[in-house]
Amino acid sequence: MEIMDFIISKYNYWMYIIIMMIGFYAMIAKTNLAKKVVGMNIFQTAIILFFISTASKKGATIPIIQHGHGEAADIIHAAQYMNPLPHVLMLTAIVVMVSTFGVAIALLIMIYRKYNTLEEDEILEILKIENGR
Amino acid sequence: MIQHAPVLIIIIPLLAALMNLIVGLWRKRLCYLFTVAALGTCVFLSVAILDIVAGHGTITYKLGGWPPPWGIAYVIDHLNAFMLVIVSFISLVVAVYSKVSIEKELPEKIIQFYTLFLLLVTGLLGILATGDVFNLFVFLEIASLAGYALIAVGDDRAPLASFNYVIMGTIGACFYLLGVGYLYIATGSLNMADLSQLLPELYDSRVVLGAFAFLMVGVAIKMAFFPLHKWLPDAYTHAPSAVSAFIASTMTKVGAYVMIRIMFTVFKPYFSIEVIPVTAILGWLAVAAMLYGCIRAIAQTDVKRMLSYIIIAEVGYIVMGVSVGNRMGFTGAILHILNDAFMMACLFLAAGAIEYKTGTRNVHNFSNLYKKMPVTTAAFTVGGLSIVGIPPTCGFFSKWYLVLGAIDSQQWVFAGTLLFSSLLMAVIFFKVLVNIYFGSQPVSGAHSIGGNGAVVMDEAPLSMLFPICIMAVGILSLGFFSGKIISSVIQFTVPGSF
Amino acid sequence: METAVIYSIKPLLAIGVSLIAALLIFLTGERSRNLRESWTILASVIKFTIIASMVPSILAGNVIEYTVISIAPGLSLQFRVDALGIFFAITASFLWIITSFYSIGYVRSLKEHAQTRYFICFAIALSATMGVAFSANLFTTFLFYEIITLSTYPLVAHKETPEAMKGARKYITYLLGTSIAFQLFAIFLTYSAAGTLDYSYHGIFNSVRGHGVSDTFLIITFILFMAGITKAAMMPFHSWLPAAMVAPTPVSALLHAVAVVKTGVFVVVKVVLHIFGINLLSQLGLGTALAYFASFTIIVASIIALRQDNLKARLAYSTVSQLSYVILGVALLTPSGITGSIMQIVLHAFGKITLFFAAGAIYVTAHKTRVSELDGIGKQMPFTMAAFTAGAISMIGIPPLGGFLSKWFLGIGAIEAGQIPIIIVLATSTILNACYFLPIVHRAFLKEATDSTDKNSSLVTRYSSIKEAPALMVGALVLTASGAVALFFKPSLFLDLARMVAASVTGVN
Repeated sequence: MEIMDFIISKYNYWMYIIIMMIGFYAMIAKTNLAKKVVGMNIFQTAIILFFISTASKKGATIPIIQHGHGEAADIIHAAQYMNPLPHVLMLTAIVVMVSTFGVAIALLIMIYRKYNTLEEDEILEILKIENGR
Repeated sequence: MIQHAPVLIIIIPLLAALMNLIVGLWRKRLCYLFTVAALGTCVFLSVAILDIVAGHGTITYKLGGWPPPWGIAYVIDHLNAFMLVIVSFISLVVAVYSKVSIEKELPEKIIQFYTLFLLLVTGLLGILATGDVFNLFVFLEIASLAGYALIAVGDDRAPLASFNYVIMGTIGACFYLLGVGYLYIATGSLNMADLSQLLPELYDSRVVLGAFAFLMVGVAIKMAFFPLHKWLPDAYTHAPSAVSAFIASTMTKVGAYVMIRIMFTVFKPYFSIEVIPVTAILGWLAVAAMLYGCIRAIAQTDVKRMLSYIIIAEVGYIVMGVSVGNRMGFTGAILHILNDAFMMACLFLAAGAIEYKTGTRNVHNFSNLYKKMPVTTAAFTVGGLSIVGIPPTCGFFSKWYLVLGAIDSQQWVFAGTLLFSSLLMAVIFFKVLVNIYFGSQPVSGAHSIGGNGAVVMDEAPLSMLFPICIMAVGILSLGFFSGKIISSVIQFTVPGSF
Repeated sequence: METAVIYSIKPLLAIGVSLIAALLIFLTGERSRNLRESWTILASVIKFTIIASMVPSILAGNVIEYTVISIAPGLSLQFRVDALGIFFAITASFLWIITSFYSIGYVRSLKEHAQTRYFICFAIALSATMGVAFSANLFTTFLFYEIITLSTYPLVAHKETPEAMKGARKYITYLLGTSIAFQLFAIFLTYSAAGTLDYSYHGIFNSVRGHGVSDTFLIITFILFMAGITKAAMMPFHSWLPAAMVAPTPVSALLHAVAVVKTGVFVVVKVVLHIFGINLLSQLGLGTALAYFASFTIIVASIIALRQDNLKARLAYSTVSQLSYVILGVALLTPSGITGSIMQIVLHAFGKITLFFAAGAIYVTAHKTRVSELDGIGKQMPFTMAAFTAGAISMIGIPPLGGFLSKWFLGIGAIEAGQIPIIIVLATSTILNACYFLPIVHRAFLKEATDSTDKNSSLVTRYSSIKEAPALMVGALVLTASGAVALFFKPSLFLDLARMVAASVTGVN
């Protein structure tokens, strides 16, 4: 029961680990270059998920403060709002992720134009023939 | 104005990169001058920063006036200031060099090249200047992405090489991000100085240990530290020559800088040496890196590939210097960052000039090259002698400190490996240099053979030759100033407990 | 003896003058050969004059110092001219003057290619030799030592034939490899133990020995030094010397009889006397060990020399053998031994250079390289062979040639050290020297010339025809032979300097 408790209470970490490992596996083990890129995407998404999951709190609401009139008297309880910092960090990280994805796809296009295939082993074959020439 | 220098040094190349697009669309030829002007300003600013830091100690610049740890702070101490100067100077020199080589290699992409180049410089300078771990990640990615793109426009194999770099580099950056995340959830802070205060109580927490592990692995990938070096030879060989020269001399060194920051600023030195004996592991991996790099380099026929494997060995030197954990070794490592930047820049620039003029990178085709390109081959020789470590070139002096550092900690294997790798480097360069000076066949590229069949001198153009000569002269003269550099800058970078 | 320290830029000038000459030679190139040659001659004469001007001051007991630049703690480019340094410098610079004339004669009559490169490298090599002679610390020595290796490589590889390239590769592999692997390592160990690299008359380890620096450490450092200073051609690291005989003869003469190999033994002497010191070495028993190692080289190299038919190869192995006399002398750790060893530096230089000059003259004139071909050549080239004979007798060590003096002092040194077996070594090697030199003299003068193997009938020798080498070459070798004789009768300058060196390290006059 302790173990079940351990797993369930930290489910966000388990999720991110599983997703990250799926992505990592795709990046390393798959031979199709496009699948590698997708794996990379999944990998990065998992990390973003992890960060965001650390920002949430029980019963918290989105971190936007409603201003009324004379709000100086309102005291803000941090526990009522989700932590905005990881969200902000992850906005940056998502931008980075998208840019990397863009660069990777551009490279895939260049590679496809050159070798007419996106399979790593076929490309290596072509390179071997080129080397031998 | 000068008090904003830490942020200006980032903003100027960033804005220049964006404006470069506009300038280029207006007049393509202006891109080069605009880039050189922007980088020249960066050099000036970095020297000013070094001057201030040498006089007054560490500068802290709060971005937007927000106090840390809520705001992002740029903290410049002796180590960063020193490296800012190195990176900006080399970027300027390579930018001057790139005019002719880029016109030949990428004639229709000049604007985009300079834009990306400026972005790459922004990223690297940002990594060096910042005092916030997440900010470092952002700049790391800026630099890496610009790097991926720049490498990909090289020769035939470049897209594939860059793709491998993308995959591995992203893993590295993501590990780094994970490490930052773990640190954040453990301490709630992203500021380096703040973290160094908050972390000591948590040194036995698994989260923090996990963070350290992720950070180190991520940085090791970026630094091409054995055994995570696989991406480097392909990427550097197939990139355009200006790009190779710049990235080879700076990217791995900046990676080493990040490692030093993590090990000694964010985490206190005793953590890296005693709590987890990372330094021992790093030391032995460094030995493997030195041997692997040298041995692989011997077998290469492509000169850029040979130099890329030598970089792996050089990174090994720097990490070894850090790992012995004493004053001498650390001094040697930092001095070696400076020396290696110059040596690699000189060698890659010379190799690029040779490729530009003769169209070949195969060392077997370099026979009698000294007749055709005396100055370039002389610079290549100086670079080679410096890598072997022959005085009075600068390479000798950093090896001096590194070996003494190893001996001071009784690490005889490290010291022996360093000397043995010098021998291997001598073998590597001897082969190439003898062919250049005493080769038996005439140099290929027959168009420069004069009327009577003798080889006519046909040097690289001046805008390429001038940077090469500056680097070579730098290698020769920096050696003599080693003592001065150490006493005025480097000795303050050594962690206090050493 | 009270030594006053004089600060003067002369050491730097002595080194710099031939660097400037190298630059001028480079700029003159092939445009005007006479102008180019005149730079070499001018530089060698000026260099000798500067060094000669320093001699009186040194003889008076002073020391001339000059610091070029202080790079880092412990690493400074510093010169200190003392008796030992000036001894070596005078020898090398004087012989350079003579060799320059000989070189000009040699390369012109053979119409050698790449003459400019030849003279440039010569100039740089001699600069670096002066640098070693005047160095005040191990760093400066190492720096110039490596420059000698690098600048002599093009000279060894000069002919650019496959054999020359192979020989040159062996040359640089041995020299560069051992100096980085062993000598540099030893320098590191020295610095980390003693905290300094400066030479001192009583050794630099005395204060730290026993305080964290074990005897084993010192012994290992010493062994590394001896293995690393391969220019001294001690066995088993001697193979580079015969391999370097692919070089043109003037190169072999000056560099491998005087500059390169003498640098090697000079550094050995410096390390023994001024880094470790006599007391430390005798306490560690290393003096005896080194003496026996040197003896082994002396005997074995002589035996190998006996079996060589190629004249230059025989002279090469003879050099290997004779060099170890210097090491043997200083390993005896006694005043006479040290005096003898230092005298051997100059006496062997004059003798060997004469022999090599003669070999070159024979090659240029008669195109003969083998001892077995030299029958009757004394009739054809009387001056050359007379000089050769003088050189040979000096090597063997018979009065009235100078070589006798060094053997005399070595013998006394052996008695002082109580090492009687060494006297047997000296005697044996003298006999062996006679065995491989005298037959050459015998053949040259007392045998009839045979022209049966020679298809070219123009080289038939007749009793009445004398066909000598070009005048420049003959002049040079007669000069050096006379020098070898003169040094027997008037060795005062060198003997005084040698005695000064011995006195400074042993405190005995």
